[in-house]
Amino acid sequence: MTELPADQGAQALDVPQPHVKTRRNRDVLIALAAFVVLALLPMVFSSKFLLDFVIRCAAYGLFATSLNLLIGYTGLTSFGHGMFFGLGAYGFGLMMQKTGVSVPVAFVATLAITFVTALVIGAICVRLKEIYFAFVTLAFQMLIHSTILSWVSLTGGDQGLRGGIPRPPFWGIDLSNHLHLYVTSCALLVIGLFLMHQIAQSPFGYTLRMIRDNATRASFIGIDVWRAKLTIFVLAALFASTGGVIMALFVSGAYPEFAYWTISGEGIFINMLGGVTTFLGPMVGTVLLLILNDTVTRLTEYHGLVLGIVILFFAIGLRKGLMDFVIEWYAQRRDRRGK
Amino acid sequence: MLPLDIDALTGCLASSACLVTQTTSGFIIGMLLFLVAVGLTLIFGVLKVVNFSHGAFYMFGAYFAMTAYQLTGSFALAMLCGAAGTAILGLVFERGFMSRVYGADVLMQLLVCYAFVLIFDDVVRMIWGPEFKSMGMPAAFQVAPLFIAGGVVPPYYLLLIGVALAAAAILGLGLARTRIGKVIRAAAHNPGMVSALGINTGLIYGGVFALGGMLAGLAGALAAPVRSLTPGMGFSVLIESFIVTVIGGMGSILGALIGALLIGMIRSFGSLGFPLFTEGLMYLFMVIVLVSRPTGLFGKEVA
Repeated sequence: MTELPADQGAQALDVPQPHVKTRRNRDVLIALAAFVVLALLPMVFSSKFLLDFVIRCAAYGLFATSLNLLIGYTGLTSFGHGMFFGLGAYGFGLMMQKTGVSVPVAFVATLAITFVTALVIGAICVRLKEIYFAFVTLAFQMLIHSTILSWVSLTGGDQGLRGGIPRPPFWGIDLSNHLHLYVTSCALLVIGLFLMHQIAQSPFGYTLRMIRDNATRASFIGIDVWRAKLTIFVLAALFASTGGVIMALFVSGAYPEFAYWTISGEGIFINMLGGVTTFLGPMVGTVLLLILNDTVTRLTEYHGLVLGIVILFFAIGLRKGLMDFVIEWYAQRRDRRGK
Repeated sequence: MLPLDIDALTGCLASSACLVTQTTSGFIIGMLLFLVAVGLTLIFGVLKVVNFSHGAFYMFGAYFAMTAYQLTGSFALAMLCGAAGTAILGLVFERGFMSRVYGADVLMQLLVCYAFVLIFDDVVRMIWGPEFKSMGMPAAFQVAPLFIAGGVVPPYYLLLIGVALAAAAILGLGLARTRIGKVIRAAAHNPGMVSALGINTGLIYGGVFALGGMLAGLAGALAAPVRSLTPGMGFSVLIESFIVTVIGGMGSILGALIGALLIGMIRSFGSLGFPLFTEGLMYLFMVIVLVSRPTGLFGKEVA
């Protein structure tokens, strides 16, 4: 066998590199524009209620979008993703209360704790088949929740972390100032969404879609399915944890409900509501669920009953998320017009 | 960091009185869990769905029994109401809602069940109120406890263990020996074939769901005199019985029994030695089983 000179072999596939680069530039521009719009919002509407709403959207939106990386892109139906939300809130709150380090250090340390925890739990879980995976992640969520409840000396038990989280200023940012907190939350949201979109559009993101569609075939062509699933499990946990940090900063504390299974249930419902076929679907779902929650709590004390009926309407009635529904409707209309 | 009390544990293991008391308590925890878990595993085996709202049936069983007992004063009738009420509920739930999402993916099934957990908890809160309730021990069992090898055993515990074991035996024999049992096993294996032979699989599915609901309701009714009743009481039971089915293997009745007893003992003795880490112990055990045998102790390879 003689080796072919490099220029005589088959033509290398024309990989559209510039295209990738322009798309990333476009994403950067969109992210910047979104951030500028959000940051300028307080100048137009100074209502505290609206700003609070956006901060909560940032916390839940990061959490829900990261869950979509698992459910929509990889086909991993995690029912315990909320544990990382709780872990982020408690990790950050405890770090600030007990050690007195600065905010960025505590943030990075919280992410490090989440990383290790997600690595251990993920290593156990991602091997399991779908329904087992859902329930074992749920079981771990309940383990973390019951640890928080029973370790009273550290976590304050069912009272939660009280007494407020100290928020010393750093880099000229004072998080105890409501406006600073708002802008920081928006920045975290936009950066988080941008990074997650990069992950989803990267070759790795397409590997995940392939694992979702046919894991056996993916492993035949040499993809280490377990490692890919574990990687996305850990990455998603980091973003969920960031959502938890925003929540802890917002309420200046951490409560066991942040780690309770209903957070995971809400996350799944948000994804269902917004739809898992689009990247921004979970964000739409977050806004809808928060509006729904706020309205329902104002009207009735039987919040679960109403929410349950709405969920049933979507799950059994529509059988898809709102964004999926709208997109399909739009595509059908366009097709009809094309003919 | 973790509060350990090894002395209490070894001290208990050395004394026969404590050993008997703790073993009995482990048995009743295990038996209640078994009744819930066996329904879960049966529904999974035949319908291939995990009934995430199974804990609600346990809760309804307890509340139905309490109300029936308060109205009639008859303990037997209370048990009957708990079991029959949840059986009907199971049938309605399966035919009306769950059967609509069989073809859909796991996400839809989880969502429908999640919706019902929320709805059922609020319905209980509406009817019976949010506060803790208790049914009280029926007069027939308010007798002096038995002493076995120095350990205290309330007679009600013996009844509870007896009823649960009887249910296990009837279920096991029924599935293995009767015609209906054979049809159910066939439906679990190949529903298309069963349906082609002229058997109404919808009826089988509804029936199995009702049976599973009934067993959970019976567990709730049996637990009502010894536990406090609260909306949401089903959820921790659901998680524990899920751990039981994971340990025992999904779809295996024997596995559910062994798994439930193991968890019962871990809870009972763990609460002595590791008071704050009892739950953690259960999870640890589950993880060990999952890592060494991913399909559970008695699970089949293809699940």
